[in-house]
Amino acid sequence: MEMPQPDPAILARRGRILARLASVLPADAVISDPAETRAYECDALTAYRCLPLAVVLPRTTDEVAAVMRACHEEGVKVIPRGAGTSLAGGSLPTPDAVVIGVARMNAVIETDYANRFIHVQTGRTNLSVTGAVEAEGFFYAPDPSSQLACAIAGNIGMNSGGAHCLKYGVTTNNLLGVTIVTMTGEVLRIGGPYMDAGGLDLLGVICGSEGQLGVVTEAWLRILPKPEGARPVLMGFASNEVAGACVASIIKGGLLPVAIEFMDRPCIEATEAFAKAGYPDCEALLIVEVEGSPAEIDEQLARIKEIALRHEPVAYREAADEDQAKRIWLGRKSAFGAMGQMGDYICLDGTIPVSELAFVLRRIGELTESYGLRVANVFHAGDGNMHPLIIFNANQPGELEKAEALGADILKLCVEVGGCLTGEHGVGVEKRDLMSVQFSDEDMEAQLRVKDVFDPGWLLNPAKVFPLYVTASRRAA
Amino acid sequence: MRPVDEAELAEVVRGANAPLVLRGGGTRGIGVPAAGEVLETGGLSGVRLYEPGALTLVVGAGTPLAEVEALLAAEGQRLPFDPPDMRGLLGRDGVSTVGGVVAVNASGPRRVQAGACRDSLIGVRFVDGKGTVVRNGGRVMKNVTGIDLVKLMAGSHGTLGVLTEVAFKVLPAPEAVATLCVEGLDDARAVAAMAAALGSPYDVTGAAHWPGRGTFVRVEGFAASVRYRAAELARVLGRFGAVTEEDGNVWPALRDVMPFHGAAGDVWRLSVKPSEAPALVAKAGAEAVLYDWGGGLVWLRVAEGTDLRARLGVFDGHATRVRGQGGGPAFPPEPAAVAVISAGLRAKFDPKGLFNQGLMG
Repeated sequence: MEMPQPDPAILARRGRILARLASVLPADAVISDPAETRAYECDALTAYRCLPLAVVLPRTTDEVAAVMRACHEEGVKVIPRGAGTSLAGGSLPTPDAVVIGVARMNAVIETDYANRFIHVQTGRTNLSVTGAVEAEGFFYAPDPSSQLACAIAGNIGMNSGGAHCLKYGVTTNNLLGVTIVTMTGEVLRIGGPYMDAGGLDLLGVICGSEGQLGVVTEAWLRILPKPEGARPVLMGFASNEVAGACVASIIKGGLLPVAIEFMDRPCIEATEAFAKAGYPDCEALLIVEVEGSPAEIDEQLARIKEIALRHEPVAYREAADEDQAKRIWLGRKSAFGAMGQMGDYICLDGTIPVSELAFVLRRIGELTESYGLRVANVFHAGDGNMHPLIIFNANQPGELEKAEALGADILKLCVEVGGCLTGEHGVGVEKRDLMSVQFSDEDMEAQLRVKDVFDPGWLLNPAKVFPLYVTASRRAA
Repeated sequence: MRPVDEAELAEVVRGANAPLVLRGGGTRGIGVPAAGEVLETGGLSGVRLYEPGALTLVVGAGTPLAEVEALLAAEGQRLPFDPPDMRGLLGRDGVSTVGGVVAVNASGPRRVQAGACRDSLIGVRFVDGKGTVVRNGGRVMKNVTGIDLVKLMAGSHGTLGVLTEVAFKVLPAPEAVATLCVEGLDDARAVAAMAAALGSPYDVTGAAHWPGRGTFVRVEGFAASVRYRAAELARVLGRFGAVTEEDGNVWPALRDVMPFHGAAGDVWRLSVKPSEAPALVAKAGAEAVLYDWGGGLVWLRVAEGTDLRARLGVFDGHATRVRGQGGGPAFPPEPAAVAVISAGLRAKFDPKGLFNQGLMG
């Protein structure tokens, strides 16, 4: 993967830049010793690493603004970083850039149950937002699988989703307002503890902009009352096609489960070997979860069962109690751990129209065979967000490149059938060079204009999201 | 001008050198753009794709809203965000188009649970001010590929480009609906009652207060579930007053601001923190008031020419004038630094200054 040549003028001024940062921040907030900046050389896309010029860990919006002003005046690039859990390399540093980490900004500023919002600093982790409100019976809906570790700043940067998006939407649908620091150090508040931010939907473009428009330091998030209960059901099918058809029938039947998870045979076998959840021996299985009171759950599951039986499942298991519910989820929740046992893996994130599910799974199988690799599929079927896991051996020369090439082919396939490159992980550096598969140069040009307005000097996370050839003239200017 | 397809529209825009006023059906635009030749999008109509099993609908921006709603209803589905019909309030005729709905981000009472129009919008095609066709988003409901211009176009009131095609995530229509009513609550008690309902686990899809008429809460879904939740909510609301059950006719009336129809005066909408709404309303000196979205949206009818913003002072939220001329610009003034960004975006997307000039700032 190509990154731009670091700016020699910046590298030459490293000492001066560090002194400048030290002059605007407390001593413990600037990290420049390579032994310490090493922890920031990559995010969860560990195949790519690079030491930054420095890392700063401010504690307040004012400190972030001071750093941004200093970097702007020095012409230094800035890489915003939440908790560093991006699977797309969204916070991969460059040698001539300062990483601004918001990890120390993790306070709850206000909780308001009558108006159903929480106001937080964005270094706070996703799960701890729910943790702050659950005693009062509320939760924060977006639940990326890294929710124990990932920060709200990164969730906003990538517009993160999770398993329950079919019902509750993704980050952008649950974000009421932000405080954002622009590259010049200006502090803007967009929206707040009320619906509809007013004016052009700047909140909409900031969410999912992958740290290219500013550093989001505070957020107002919508919180929801927790449902009374939830219960999953597991069904096994003789083929991916039948399982896919069953998903469409459930949705068409007027049901809106909170989650419909899909696992194919390679994934089922791997998780069985690893977690021994007692899954049926079948080609594909679905885990469907519904919410409500016990009676409401019974009613929805009865309807789902009626639909599922029409598709002749080879197994159908309801959870009679909490313990059985846990067993149903056990394999799904261990899926990524199980894959880790099989080798190194790349986790893809393309979304497809649900109607193309069976075709896409068959094509993925054919492509995988032609590359001589293995792929396991586990994903959110209700919204078409696939997560093919490509298993490979990083120690074998050429295997990473081969796995990446297969990944690119699969993502191209997702776009060909009417889908997109990424449903919830973001583009980062990982999918940057595939953007032209999905978008024409004109489509991308329109997106670049937004960055031109927020960050005319192209200093914020500049070598991400868009192919380098598309942004070259702007980055050079 | 009324182009028949996207290519002709793009040609028109490429050749244009004087301001244009964009119009779908002309039923819901607010504020006053500078004069200009009217560019209608009604010719860009038709269903491009509808997959009920994938909850996906793609239509030309000029497609009548009523056609879209009928198409969805035939499959037991609907647009989640409940778009209002503004003709009665604004005294207009015409046929509302989906492009117009998107352009103003029109969202009704269900917004409190299902989100606004922009939350259901998953893809757009539009022609920018240079006459270039731009695609963003697509037809899938989870998509974080690139900058989200879909949201930016929703609610941009035709100031950034001309929408030619829009894609929505749709939802199943409910099998049953129940509407509960508590009469006689003052505004503050009504907002507290709505907060109690919205803070309960019973999945409320509407919470509105019509002073003098009642405070209303709605649940929707499968019949047995609706019965159960309505009974539970009656208990929650019982703390505030006697609870009766009504038919659902009040919702379209509230959605379309029917109580203000035919009455003179300027009409404003406030987006506020619900608990602060009653105190703001007390300052407004309004002739009539409606609370929707649990109190997060307040409709006010005031004497013509009232400078409402001056009366309200500074508050957490904003005020938009939907009807009338008085009291400054229709759209809420933005803080200087935000205004610079908004103006910058308009200049980038519409460098010739063609579209609805001066409307939003």
